[in-house]
Amino acid sequence: MISANLSAIFYLISGILFILALRGLSSPETSRQGNFFGILGMIIAIAVTFLTVGNFSAAMNYVLLFLVIGGAIGAFIAFKIPMTAMPELVAGFHSLVGLAAVFVAISAFLNPQAFNLGSPGDIKLASLIEMSIGAAIGAITFSGSIIAFLKLRGIMSGSPITFKGQHFLNLILGISIIVLIYFLCTTQSESFFWRMIGISFLIGVLLIIPIGGADMPVVISMLNSYSGWAAAGIGFTLENTALIITGALVGSSGAILSYIMCKGMNRSFFSVILGGFGGDSTIGKEKKKDQKPVKSGNAEDAAFLLKNASSVIIVPGYGMAVAQAQHALREMVDALKKNDIKVSYAVHPVAGRMPGHMNVLLAEANVPYDEVFELDDINNDFANTDVAFVIGANDVTNPVAKTDPQSPIYGMPVLDVEKCKSVLFVKRSLSPGYAGVDNELFYRDNTLMLFADAKKMTEDIVKNI
Amino acid sequence: MEIDPFIFRFSIFILAIFVGYYVVWSVTPSLHTPLMSVTNAISSVIIVGAIIAALASSSNNIFEISNIFGFLAIVLAAVNIFGGFLVTQRMLQMYKKKKKDKK
Repeated sequence: MISANLSAIFYLISGILFILALRGLSSPETSRQGNFFGILGMIIAIAVTFLTVGNFSAAMNYVLLFLVIGGAIGAFIAFKIPMTAMPELVAGFHSLVGLAAVFVAISAFLNPQAFNLGSPGDIKLASLIEMSIGAAIGAITFSGSIIAFLKLRGIMSGSPITFKGQHFLNLILGISIIVLIYFLCTTQSESFFWRMIGISFLIGVLLIIPIGGADMPVVISMLNSYSGWAAAGIGFTLENTALIITGALVGSSGAILSYIMCKGMNRSFFSVILGGFGGDSTIGKEKKKDQKPVKSGNAEDAAFLLKNASSVIIVPGYGMAVAQAQHALREMVDALKKNDIKVSYAVHPVAGRMPGHMNVLLAEANVPYDEVFELDDINNDFANTDVAFVIGANDVTNPVAKTDPQSPIYGMPVLDVEKCKSVLFVKRSLSPGYAGVDNELFYRDNTLMLFADAKKMTEDIVKNI
Repeated sequence: MEIDPFIFRFSIFILAIFVGYYVVWSVTPSLHTPLMSVTNAISSVIIVGAIIAALASSSNNIFEISNIFGFLAIVLAAVNIFGGFLVTQRMLQMYKKKKKDKK
């Protein structure tokens, strides 16, 4: 049993360790040390909580048992999950944080004495507001993340689900949560608490269903942010510094990532949230693609072009992740390097389904991280490059974003692949990308389309080099 | 006039948002996925609330409804803590520099 003051100091220390954990991610060299700080902070927080409660009764055995069960499940998932499934894993984990926040809020509401918040029916007003906010955001995070998980996993269609009056309904539900919290505070009645949580679950579902597949990087960062605010809300209820600091860190981290992702697509945060964009159903312009000639080639042609180049830039996209082509791609690059060809990778901020998605996959395939460049760092190099090898990316290379103010993706920063001497496009078909916009690059003279599965095509190219 | 302790906690909260803002902007974009998984792991520090809830004994019954919610929250948070940190570790192991060893 340690005093409340001492435990508060320890919680502060674990909060600082969490800050250092994020700080470590500023470069890959320091990142592993950062992760270690994070783990240390967590151990301190849990150990101090045990010592503060100091109740080593029979319940303690169950706490340890459940800790081990949960830990074993988590460890199993962490080792088994393929890197390509990382977006849905992160969405799934967010849902767990959300639900845990709801459960902690519920038990604080049912047994406020345990948390020094008063007694049932007579909970301190501030605590009641804090736990309601924590529970509401937690519930939204939970159900929203579940929908995001289902969409990313492909169990649910990635197309937006919209209906008339959707935004109005969300607004009404949002207001009703505030009204319910008000009544909860004035009456302390349990029924308002349950209703508020129920409606929050519903809002989470309604918020995410209208958002399409290509906007998932924003959604997943946004839910990351929500899980932080939920934790902070609970932190205020529990008067716990570690939880408040962590909640604030995670909340602002998710918000910044959402901002970066929105900027990568040149869309406002609100237009993403309001949804209805980025599905197959999006009405594109009348496509005249049948009339335009397309040059298509096979692996031999591609290998010939690549072999005779002196510099190549690879542009990976979501298609590479779907086809799991990252390993084959690296083999191709190794073969090119043997022929003294300079190869680098260009990653667009919103390539893939979550922030940094492509970087992780390339790292998995043993691509050194100092060969992988961000948009701003490499965009000028395309003009001096012989071949751009676009594998599974589309919208992020579309020059229409620079030229056609009518286009839905106008203003989005794009990779200037058209400035290369020639462009190779590995793609399954001519279908437009998620934005529903035809890519005029396909029809240029210096573009060679390689219609095939990304992995198969890359492997065939390797054979021909 | 005494200052409500809530104001102190609120100050910590606001300052931590600022710290988070500057720290996260310094994260290199290639590590954004590990950033998400590690923030996920650390936000599971909510487990401290779950432990308090699970160990609270208002009666002799250790399976009061509020305890049960605490136990459930422990399982969820533990999945996240172990899963989040380990998967982050696994990802970070993969980030290598040029020409260390060519396999």
